[in-house]
Amino acid sequence: MSQVSIRNLRKQYGSSVAVADFSLDIAQGELVAFLGPSGCGKTTTLRMIAGFVEPTSGSIFIGGKDVTYVAPHRRNTGMVFQRYALFPHMTVAQNVAFGLDMHKFPALERDARLKQVLEMVRMHTLKDRYPRQLSGGQQQRVAIARALAIRPEVFLLDEPLSNLDAKLRLEVREEIRALQQELGLTTIFVTHDQEEALTISDRLAVMHDGCVQQIGTAAELYERPTNRFVADFLGQMNFLEGAVGTDGRFATRRGTTLGVLLDDSATNAIGLRPERISLTHQPLSGEGSLPVTISSSVYKGSTLEVRAVTDNGEVLLCHVQNNARAHAHPSAPGVRAFATFTKNDCVFFN
Amino acid sequence: MNTASELELEHAPGLRRRPRVSWLAVSARAFVVLVYFFMLSPLIFVVWLSFFADAIPSFPPSGYTLHWYRQAFENEAFASGFALSFKVAVVAAFISVILGVSASLGVVRNRFRGAAAVNGLLMSPLVVPGIVAGIAIYLFYLRAENILNIDIVGTYAGLIAAHVCLTIPWTMRLVCASIGGLDTTIEEAARNLGASSLKTFWRVTLPMLRPSIVASALFSFIVSFENLEVTLPLVGPGHTTLPIAIMQYLEFNLDPTIAAVSAAQIVLLGIVMLITDRFVKLSQVV
Repeated sequence: MSQVSIRNLRKQYGSSVAVADFSLDIAQGELVAFLGPSGCGKTTTLRMIAGFVEPTSGSIFIGGKDVTYVAPHRRNTGMVFQRYALFPHMTVAQNVAFGLDMHKFPALERDARLKQVLEMVRMHTLKDRYPRQLSGGQQQRVAIARALAIRPEVFLLDEPLSNLDAKLRLEVREEIRALQQELGLTTIFVTHDQEEALTISDRLAVMHDGCVQQIGTAAELYERPTNRFVADFLGQMNFLEGAVGTDGRFATRRGTTLGVLLDDSATNAIGLRPERISLTHQPLSGEGSLPVTISSSVYKGSTLEVRAVTDNGEVLLCHVQNNARAHAHPSAPGVRAFATFTKNDCVFFN
Repeated sequence: MNTASELELEHAPGLRRRPRVSWLAVSARAFVVLVYFFMLSPLIFVVWLSFFADAIPSFPPSGYTLHWYRQAFENEAFASGFALSFKVAVVAAFISVILGVSASLGVVRNRFRGAAAVNGLLMSPLVVPGIVAGIAIYLFYLRAENILNIDIVGTYAGLIAAHVCLTIPWTMRLVCASIGGLDTTIEEAARNLGASSLKTFWRVTLPMLRPSIVASALFSFIVSFENLEVTLPLVGPGHTTLPIAIMQYLEFNLDPTIAAVSAAQIVLLGIVMLITDRFVKLSQVV
């Protein structure tokens, strides 16, 4: 049974559509990331779930109850905000206890829970400090503890890591995931950072222009994106546009015929991940190699980012692993080489 | 200014040079000292004068005395004027803060039609000369007295109402600036944690506004306490505020008693201002 169920949610401000038609079911204990560029409607959707924005149409169910028009303080969602939003005039302990007091927990249970969540985020030693006396990472941990103290039915995180520095971001991210797993929290995590979304979530919903582009696991979205936006947004992707000829082979617009045989004659673009292209000095047997010329090569530590140009001028970005065999691959600008990939390496778009 | 640009030059690469005392920097500093002296001289002289022994102030004084302070404290008009000014200022500040906070929240938070007009209206006492406002309010009160058949001019309530008009622009300015700087997600966090909108206001919004509320109350107190022009037409016989009592005394007397009263007032308002400044930097609003 799904813990959160969103049906045809829509939000319009005047004539501009913030969220077009959002439907999603989230299972108990699942972490779903909303991923997309800024202005794609992910935060608006989260705010509708928390109750801060009233949807134009559609409905939201939490734990089987329709909460679409329920006031935020009666929803039992726990939200963590981008800028922490701690109460500046309260100590850490008072911040965390605020929700418990609002829900009128008996003193004994209140104190027990307060102690438990503060220990959970390792902030119990600083419980008498004020937010201004804490670092960003500590403030965010307090915000997490505060949201979790009330044992919310849904845990909502709105870009919780974007104000932290890179190292801390990784640390807090892992902490959030561990807590979420341990407590079996149904969680929605809004972010514009794809690495964050890919690594933390059970499933992702990629959004663009108020519409959900694709929902699935990280691997599904990366390996089999259903449209060009998702393909382009997650990682890097080479696009070759063209059409399928009568022989079943794909020919690009500039006239390069690829070796791969296609089943679907409606395909008008092929997507190729940079790491799926093998660059070699000699053509490889198999589905045919494409003669190319290396135009540039950038050293990026773990990989070499090589640009190879076909004879018709199409640029292919290729990643060469920086391992013991790296020098065997052509990477010097101007060198003639062969780019090889199979049908399995390609993503097809209509 | 001059020192700042010199510092910048020092830090600019390739322009490193020895800091030297230029005549421009010296004269700029001298000018600043002069301006300060010019601004503070009335205060300094009033306080100084209050200790002069001569009844008719003359330079140099023949000696110093605390006699005028005793004279001032024993003067019935000053004592009752001080009491009335104090009462009016306290009540006016209290009402002004309540109205000012409500109005500020309305104007800043709910962008209703005409919010800018309401804001402008509430700020307008700032642009009307005090004496004009005083006479206008006086005429309005007379008219209202005729229609309602009650006394307003010369009453405590009438005076307070006028002073609230006078102080509300200051509370609005202070509180609006403070509300504008609030992070609204903090209130959302409270709502999210189960607080109703009313509870959120009491437990979160109001405490976050507390510095500006305290500052605006103190500031209203000062504005009301020292007001002369608006108050002038509105007081009745035997029912005057301290600034008016001072003015009336001056019509027939010129001795250091008045300086002693003023010195006491300067000290009182100075203390209030220093306290205010601890809550909100006054330089941000005045």
